Amino acid sequence: MKNTAKDFSHIKGWGIDADPKNDPTYPMKHRTNEEQLGYSWERPTQQPVNVEVLHSNERPNVTAVFGTAVPPSGLSGMIRRFAFKYSESSYGHWLPLLLADRVNVVEGVLDDLSRGHIPNIFAEKGWKAEWKHNPQGLVKKVVVGVVVVSALVALLAPKNKSLRKG
Amino acid sequence: MVEEVGPEVQKLKVGDHVLVPFNIACGKCAFCKQGLYGNCHESNPQATAVGGIYGYSHTAGGYEGGQAEYVRVPYADVSPTVIPQGMDPDDAVLLTDVVPTGYQAAEMGGIQPGDTVVVFGAGPRVFWAVNCWWMFGGGRYIVIDQFFYRLYFVRNYANCEAYKFKEMADRVVFLNKTTDWMGADVVIDAVGAEAAGNALQTITGRKLLLQAGSTTALHWAINSVKKGGIVSIVGVYGPTDNLVPIGNVLNKGLTIRANQASVKRLLPRLIEHIQNGILNPKALITHRVPLEEVSDAYHIFSAKLDNCIKPVLIPPSARM
Repeated sequence: MKNTAKDFSHIKGWGIDADPKNDPTYPMKHRTNEEQLGYSWERPTQQPVNVEVLHSNERPNVTAVFGTAVPPSGLSGMIRRFAFKYSESSYGHWLPLLLADRVNVVEGVLDDLSRGHIPNIFAEKGWKAEWKHNPQGLVKKVVVGVVVVSALVALLAPKNKSLRKG
Repeated sequence: MVEEVGPEVQKLKVGDHVLVPFNIACGKCAFCKQGLYGNCHESNPQATAVGGIYGYSHTAGGYEGGQAEYVRVPYADVSPTVIPQGMDPDDAVLLTDVVPTGYQAAEMGGIQPGDTVVVFGAGPRVFWAVNCWWMFGGGRYIVIDQFFYRLYFVRNYANCEAYKFKEMADRVVFLNKTTDWMGADVVIDAVGAEAAGNALQTITGRKLLLQAGSTTALHWAINSVKKGGIVSIVGVYGPTDNLVPIGNVLNKGLTIRANQASVKRLLPRLIEHIQNGILNPKALITHRVPLEEVSDAYHIFSAKLDNCIKPVLIPPSARM
């Protein structure tokens, strides 16, 4: 890696008022100035890349270790690949990732169903605990949910419009 | 307990009882060497802002969650620490995340003797933050939350003032008034993205996700801290944009300090405090839930049911 540390000592007055104790990051950060040397440290052993790993375009490589729990796949994977063309400072990165997460939820449910497993939404949402400790709250949520869904259905349902002209 | 070790692991052996910090750190990169173990550059390929974290989604490396019967632990020689003999496992498990987070919140506040410190949110990390404040000095501690049982608990546990924000017409005016119209020296945002208390923030940040979480607590923090004061953030927000009164940060000359806890850096000190009886993390455990009922545990915690302060999950092997 390129050594990016620069020597400014030829500039008259450079660093004359530098005060190492004036570091607002202390004590969070033990300043070593190693980062001034760039990406030059001896890297740890690289974990074998046996699954597809998406990496931020703000770094040149895959990190030495990474998670393998959820490699990109299906439609959500396609959306994620698109997202990683953009940097972490771009909406082009995060908005597709938000969408991919939601698509992945649907993919997960479909995957469950295709394996003959019916997801237990009641258990996964922790509603057993809600029923035990806050039954009124759960009933209220269900009632509100039913009202909202009914209202939406009523709003979006095709209306019977009269074709007769007065 | 260590079940298996890789060929390069030197410090741990099968059968060791270890505590594993929530953040994954290589120990070799420039950031780890500076003690920024939460910002390791060799553990999260998917984002450069933060290092790898177990079970913290794609933005933190896509690792399996640590709340499991078994988990693969990268860089096992770096952060995982053998639990000292005689230490209660309940204390040890809370050293992996929430206690160091509370401690670092206080540390980042740069608390000085006599300072007035305000903290928004009375969750578990706050209990330890308040506990830790005493170690840093300070003179007056004020906790603001929306649940009476938590305020009652924190007031008794950590010897501080505790107020319910829904009983205040204006939280910032209340805090200014109670600090002789000066504002607090240090304000800690320990709530993060799930903050309640402002309808606009709740709708845009929590319901519609038009911003990366509700910034209600951060708003109050910025507006109730003294000019030239410090805002310490350990409440978690998403990586995209948030509505924050940055103009007031400038105009008041504030210092903002924030990070995920650097657990490995803090462990030796915190272990010492527990061994000396200064910290008692396990006192905050209110619920013990079988791992198989993790959804219920999360719901009890997030919905603040059954006066929950801190639940711990018990895997099947620990119940045998």
